[in-house]
Amino acid sequence: MQAFIQGTGCVSAQDSQVFPGEIRHYDGDRLPVADPDYKQWIDIKQIRRMGRAIKMGVAASHMSLEAAGIKSPDAIIMGTAYGCLADTGVFLQKLVSQHEDMLTPTAFIQSTHNTVAGQIALLLGCHAYNNTFVHRAFSLENALQDSLLMLAEDPSRKILAGATDEITEYSHTILRRFGLYKNASTAALQRSGTPGTMAGEGAAFFVLASGKDDKSLAQLTAVDMLYRPASEQETADRLLDFLRRNGLEPKDISLLLSGRNGDVTSDRYYGTVESRLFESTPVAAFKHFCGEYPTASAFAVWMAAGCLHRGAVPQEAMVKGDAPAAPARILVWNHHQGTHHSFILLEKC
Amino acid sequence: MMKGNVWIAGGGVISGIGRDLGECMASFEAMRPGMAYMQHLRSAHAQTFPVVEVKAGNEELAAIAGMPAHWSRTALLSRIAAQEAWERSGLGNIADYRAGFVSANTVGGMDKTEDFMEAFLANPSKGKLRKVAHHECGAVTELVADAMGIRHHVSTISTACSSGANALMYGARMIRAGMLDVVIAGGTDALTRFTLNGFNTLMILDQQHCRPFDDTRTGLNLGEGAGYVVLVSDAVAEKTQPWCRLAGFANANDAYHQTASSPDGIGNFLAMKGALEMGGLQPEDIGYINLHGTGTQNNDSSEGLAISRLFGNGVPPASSTKSFTGHTLGASGGIEAVFSAWALREGIVYPNANFSVQMKELAFSPVTAFSRGNGLRNVMSNSFGFGGNCSSLVFSKE
Amino acid sequence: MQDLKEQIIQQLNLQEVKPEDIGDDQPLFKEGLGLDSIDALELIVLLQQHHNIRIAKPEDGPNIFYSVRTMAEYITAEKAKQA
Repeated sequence: MQAFIQGTGCVSAQDSQVFPGEIRHYDGDRLPVADPDYKQWIDIKQIRRMGRAIKMGVAASHMSLEAAGIKSPDAIIMGTAYGCLADTGVFLQKLVSQHEDMLTPTAFIQSTHNTVAGQIALLLGCHAYNNTFVHRAFSLENALQDSLLMLAEDPSRKILAGATDEITEYSHTILRRFGLYKNASTAALQRSGTPGTMAGEGAAFFVLASGKDDKSLAQLTAVDMLYRPASEQETADRLLDFLRRNGLEPKDISLLLSGRNGDVTSDRYYGTVESRLFESTPVAAFKHFCGEYPTASAFAVWMAAGCLHRGAVPQEAMVKGDAPAAPARILVWNHHQGTHHSFILLEKC
Repeated sequence: MMKGNVWIAGGGVISGIGRDLGECMASFEAMRPGMAYMQHLRSAHAQTFPVVEVKAGNEELAAIAGMPAHWSRTALLSRIAAQEAWERSGLGNIADYRAGFVSANTVGGMDKTEDFMEAFLANPSKGKLRKVAHHECGAVTELVADAMGIRHHVSTISTACSSGANALMYGARMIRAGMLDVVIAGGTDALTRFTLNGFNTLMILDQQHCRPFDDTRTGLNLGEGAGYVVLVSDAVAEKTQPWCRLAGFANANDAYHQTASSPDGIGNFLAMKGALEMGGLQPEDIGYINLHGTGTQNNDSSEGLAISRLFGNGVPPASSTKSFTGHTLGASGGIEAVFSAWALREGIVYPNANFSVQMKELAFSPVTAFSRGNGLRNVMSNSFGFGGNCSSLVFSKE
Repeated sequence: MQDLKEQIIQQLNLQEVKPEDIGDDQPLFKEGLGLDSIDALELIVLLQQHHNIRIAKPEDGPNIFYSVRTMAEYITAEKAKQA
């Protein structure tokens, strides 16, 4: 079962409206979200309690619903790898420093992983199916897969699906100690050829439906995940199998939008598989626009839907070949540390 | 595309009343709830709030699980229950199937993160990184999937206290879509200071043993554990003798408040009604309800009123097994799914401990005695949580 | 009562609210200032942190936290008991 993307919303390091007309560049080891004025979408009484993961998610979901002309969806399905880190950090810090005394409920309540989907439902008064996937770099992918299953079970549904993840001072400090990041410039990140990447954060949401109409921006054709492949060859085989199950060969892909992040080991993996399957396919990247985080593929889906709808790919996205004019099919292939691979196929409609 | 039935081929559970399903059953039969002052969790509230801990330290659990003792207790519990579930299914080598692992939890490896933070907050370059390596909810799931040899599908759901039930639903839907043959689905959560203190800020922890569906109830006791069922397709079910069928399920949102249920339990009502409809059942077809029944004023009142609205004067025997296991959060939907499926197979109705005073707003009261030999055809299991997340499952004999 | 208003604004992160916006007798909950049950739990901690007063029963909240004046009177009465 395929779906049509009826509306999108994105809060990222790029501008939600003018990207890719104007691309923002960053230096350092992270790409922070340029917070929009959240009061556009959220009542001030609600905002006071919300961490950024929640604000970004609620804002992006509202944008996508508005674009799709939907008041209340028939399902709300979220992905978040880290959950509401800011509130988790606040509660943990107080728990330790105050020796489990005089703690307040707000940070705890807001820390639960389902806060974002719950808040969206609460603000919309939406009693429909509500689910949150919290599985690392498969969080958004499972939300999309659940959405496709929901549409197969009942094609009349309109589904709100998306993902959100935030950087906090604590999380960034800890992940940096794992050696994930380096100081770089987004303009040169894709050519850096050294270990490490730049951290990112953001939220993107989509309204999905089974029927095409004048609101449809692009088609979400299929989603698949591959966990712990034994080798690049297994990944290439599975990717080819994914395309063939959808009646396609590698040459039918107008653009491969890959999760290249400037880390030399990670990028070499993409390169190896590309050389086996996509020798003549143009390759673009997106993590120099949004940074590396487990649900960054949500940004890629948002970007791909925009490219298919506008019929143009920004030259600044390209890492191999020229930007294709009027792309018909974009394959998003993202991997996280070689263990979590996702394939998301989108088509012009 | 969506076709066929989904069967329960086995189940496994570890909780504060037993390390496997058999021990849990013995505790129910002997009316032996698991509340006690904590022996394993280190907390300033150790002498204030009774909890229902699994009665074993991490070294001992690690030895049973075949995992390192420094891994999160959440993973150790998960592995033990998932292994029991698989063994009880009698399906042999898991590598022979397109197998999935859908596991729920609410705070991942938080038990280790708490330790890490003490050192880290004093000095950000301190704290052993291995303590936060499995902080993410998904990381805990993967430790167990890797140990079980499951690669076809691995995912983690977190919808607060309804998480485990949603894991069963997602697994069942992937089987019906023909994507997988078998799915080990359920949930796990170890006790942590994070959740204990969190529930304390909400002032919903009882300093006595919890009293679900009792008029004098003043809160819940936290528990820990893990519970998984083995969901299988029609084709796989033919090779074994399944316990029962997962006939209906529904997930709805209360959309009323971040933590509290609406007074009339609209989300609870919609979830139960939706599960019955999917199963093609009427309220009178249900022979036993495993209640969410946390013991808080709010939950039991909302759940009770929603049940009264749906079942009218014909409320079937109902009980909260949380009066024995405590509230195991992300694990509860999985643990109670195992209890419910086993109840159907064995004709068991579980007792509700500590009940003495009828709730004024309800016309029904929970079952207080353990019994076997009940001719059950269909059993309902309720799981409701923060964020308005409400889920109900219905199991059927055939 | 000015101090108490500032404590409330800070504890509840009431953005864009100034102490003078809160009337001494204005109801704090629902149609008044619009606070809810989570705020009530926050106010219980506020009394503990700033005034060393512990409220054991959350159901006492609505009377104590009806307005800034009722809160102030409760604090005065409790402090007198402690002294």
